[in-house]
Amino acid sequence: MSLHDQDDPALRAAQEQRLREVWAPPKGLFLRWTDTNNNQVGNWYVLTAFAFMLFAGVLALIMRTQLAVPDNDLVGPGTFNQLFTLHGSVMMFLFAVPMFEAVSIILLPQLLGARDLPFPRLSAFGYWSFLLGGVFVSGSIFFDAAPDGGWFMYPPLTTRTDLSGLGADIWMLGLSFIEVSSVAAAVELIVGVLKCRPPGMRLNLMPLYAWYILVVAVMILFAFPPLIAGDVLFEMERLLDWPFFDASRGGDPLLWQHLFWIFGHPEVYIVFLPSIALFAMLVPTFARRHLLGYPWIVLAAVGTAFLSFGLWVHHMFATGLPKISLGFFSAASEAVAIPTAVQIFVFIVTLWAGRVVWSTPLLYATGSLAIFVIGGLTGVMVALAPFDWQAHDTYFVVAHLHYVLIGGTLMPLFAGLYYYWPLVTGKKLSDRLGRTAFWLIFVGANLCFFPMHLSGLEGMPRRVFTYPADLGLGGLNLASTIGSFVIAAGVAVIVLDLARSPWRPRSPRNPWQAGTLEWLAHPEDENWGIRSIPLIESRYPIWDQEDFVRKVDEGRYFLPDAEEGRRETIITSVLDARPVSVIRLGAPSWKPMLTALALGGVFILTTYHLYWPALLSGAATLAMVLWWLWTGTAEIPEKPCKPIGHGMELPLYISGSASPGWWAMFITMMADATAFSGLVFGYFFFWTRHEAFPPPEMASAPGMVWPLSALALGLAGWLATIAAREVHARGGVGMARILLLFGLATSIAGVPAGLSGPWFSGMDPTAHSYPAIVWTLAIWTCLHAAVAAIMLAYVLARSLAGRMTPSHDADIRNVAVYMHFFALTAVVAYATIGLFPEVA
Amino acid sequence: MSDKRRKWHERLQVTLWTLIVPPTVWAVHFLFAYLWAAVSCAKTGFFAEFPTLFTAGTVLALATISLSGWIAHRQTRLRGDPPPHERGTDIDRLRFLAKSTLLLAGLSFVGVLFTALPVVFIGDCR
Repeated sequence: MSLHDQDDPALRAAQEQRLREVWAPPKGLFLRWTDTNNNQVGNWYVLTAFAFMLFAGVLALIMRTQLAVPDNDLVGPGTFNQLFTLHGSVMMFLFAVPMFEAVSIILLPQLLGARDLPFPRLSAFGYWSFLLGGVFVSGSIFFDAAPDGGWFMYPPLTTRTDLSGLGADIWMLGLSFIEVSSVAAAVELIVGVLKCRPPGMRLNLMPLYAWYILVVAVMILFAFPPLIAGDVLFEMERLLDWPFFDASRGGDPLLWQHLFWIFGHPEVYIVFLPSIALFAMLVPTFARRHLLGYPWIVLAAVGTAFLSFGLWVHHMFATGLPKISLGFFSAASEAVAIPTAVQIFVFIVTLWAGRVVWSTPLLYATGSLAIFVIGGLTGVMVALAPFDWQAHDTYFVVAHLHYVLIGGTLMPLFAGLYYYWPLVTGKKLSDRLGRTAFWLIFVGANLCFFPMHLSGLEGMPRRVFTYPADLGLGGLNLASTIGSFVIAAGVAVIVLDLARSPWRPRSPRNPWQAGTLEWLAHPEDENWGIRSIPLIESRYPIWDQEDFVRKVDEGRYFLPDAEEGRRETIITSVLDARPVSVIRLGAPSWKPMLTALALGGVFILTTYHLYWPALLSGAATLAMVLWWLWTGTAEIPEKPCKPIGHGMELPLYISGSASPGWWAMFITMMADATAFSGLVFGYFFFWTRHEAFPPPEMASAPGMVWPLSALALGLAGWLATIAAREVHARGGVGMARILLLFGLATSIAGVPAGLSGPWFSGMDPTAHSYPAIVWTLAIWTCLHAAVAAIMLAYVLARSLAGRMTPSHDADIRNVAVYMHFFALTAVVAYATIGLFPEVA
Repeated sequence: MSDKRRKWHERLQVTLWTLIVPPTVWAVHFLFAYLWAAVSCAKTGFFAEFPTLFTAGTVLALATISLSGWIAHRQTRLRGDPPPHERGTDIDRLRFLAKSTLLLAGLSFVGVLFTALPVVFIGDCR
């Protein structure tokens, strides 16, 4: 098709009709929930996260009311414990992180000129997991069964079943389930940013929001898995009495603190960076100029991401670690102020150099920066160990973290809400109500949280349900309570503004006259995302590229049609965004929702110790996943290539490292390997905490023979898979099948071999932390061997069914990636449990 | 400019992986410092004052970061398209990645120095 063809209005109308049909959302009371399009799923995601925020806000108001006056008895200590635990957990796990994922699912395809993200069904699966897990965790408070150990759930209080009830299990299992959805979102967003950019959008032309999202999604991969590892150990102790955190049997509660905060501190930046990313989009719009210092923002995002993993011990300054260790973390905590400040200066300089339009979103942005900077400065204070020892566990810390999170997450999100509402709904929000809400929230936040610095320094500990009048803290607390209700009034004004939106007139297209791609969206929103996928030559194409909007709208760029009636988008190369292929995207389906339900069953049934139904649910999950993969992935297209316009033809099938599926597997396995390294860290942590580890009476267990046999079997499976991949690519289908069968057999044999070591040496996992951690490493590795066997069987079946051929071999290439990681896991695990006792 | 006329450091491939070399060196140095102090304090109860191994590791880290920064610096000065170097060309993409790497090298250099300070000033396991 040449440019000339698109001059024909009839052709354009026919193309639009085809696109409209292909991208039409499913209709009907039930069927509409099967949608997977990023616009719908993103909206559900945002609304659900917003609802959780309001819920957690109400919990906070109850707490503040209880604390308004000394010796109050509105709620008892037990309820108060549930309130603050749930407030923190919901705000972090059910609002801040999911909200970033939700906003990105809506914005990212628009920013990248893609029709959708590469795995729309995965987004839908993530959403349903989030909804189910979130309702399960939040709902517990209505049954007086909410977690009550604080949002960081320190053992031994929380692992001893006589001290804490079902709430701890609900927290652990419910939130583990949500962590799964976060990792799913990270996979989706990383592959989206790296592979779904429009042609020409090289790394240096990428919108900064996409840079931030890439960085944050990578952070999720390294931050969430240690918590998942911690959750595994935690539930093993609660459900099976394996003493990881029980000091009387060789465990150590500090291990939990390490694993939690290796997650917990990067988490702060995981919720901060995407919010600040919204500024990187709206500041240039309202400064009416390009953002200055583009590489400086990349420095800030990447630098913060790295440094944030060197901060976790600053939450543990009061635990008695050697001062030299505290020094390292204190130093890194001070260093992270540098990149954080850099991005704030970039925004200030851009505004300074521009012609500023004082819009409501910009008001929120500047106000939130002011609040954030105060939180940042108290952060520099508590990063100094001697000061922290005084302020630890007081209201000073409460003040610090709320300044950071309100200035760094909540208010930027409101800025984004006012900025992007016209993009999503086609209607602007009210400037009058928005500004009223801003001033209420700004004044309220300072009135609520500033006095907490003082009450904290005067000695008010956090997490107490009341305090005596003699302490003289009544006035400060009353001020905080009044402030909290002023914030709530501001949020109520925003809710009112949102509720009135459906009756407002439509705003024009691109109402802020922004320059970035997402503003191509029409007020009369078409579901197809973008009419044609443009060629990008500037960071602000709407401002800089001639006739850009018209050319996109008239389908003069790439992929303006859906001739085969399939949802499609373009895959490009990582560095320079050269077109690589066209991929077919998943259409609406029940599978994501049903899979989420089945997986939710595993976690929820385990909470109530219903192990057989949970196992059944696990089997159902596996069956669902296999069905999903079999019917929805690595489909052999009806023709090898298709034209995308301008004389270009792209393949419809790719495999290996150019394909999104390969990247998804690689990224998922990075997360998996990180979780595993959390468990290995546990082993060596115990070693440092004991005079002799393994304990002398168990030094001969599990021996060398079984672990090394299991290792040999694992490596044999790995080599067989690689050989099969290579032989298969050269056309040796029969030989490849035999090799796969061999790999399958060794992987299956690896399971009993791996478990035999601890089993035959009679290791009792409830006796001591040593047998417990050895069993855990062995079980983890054997589970991976079992999954390897399932994958190899799947590939074999695909080959036999004719769904995998030498020229269409994505399945075996993706499984080979899994096998690389499996081999690495086997080497580390079996060397640790089999060989380390010999040298320790 | 043809490949022949470019010096070796100008011909190096620049990717997302080279971008993260300096902060990765910081991370490795940090982990090394933390684990080494934690293990020697836990296992021997003592931590040699200003030990040679730590100094060598720190110097190595600083040298690696400096080298990476120097290469990046040279690459940001490659001649090609006119300023402000914000276009979708090979040379502007290269200059952008090089500039970002240079900035990260600066931050990582400071980060490594920060990590070294506790060893200088504390030096034992109290």
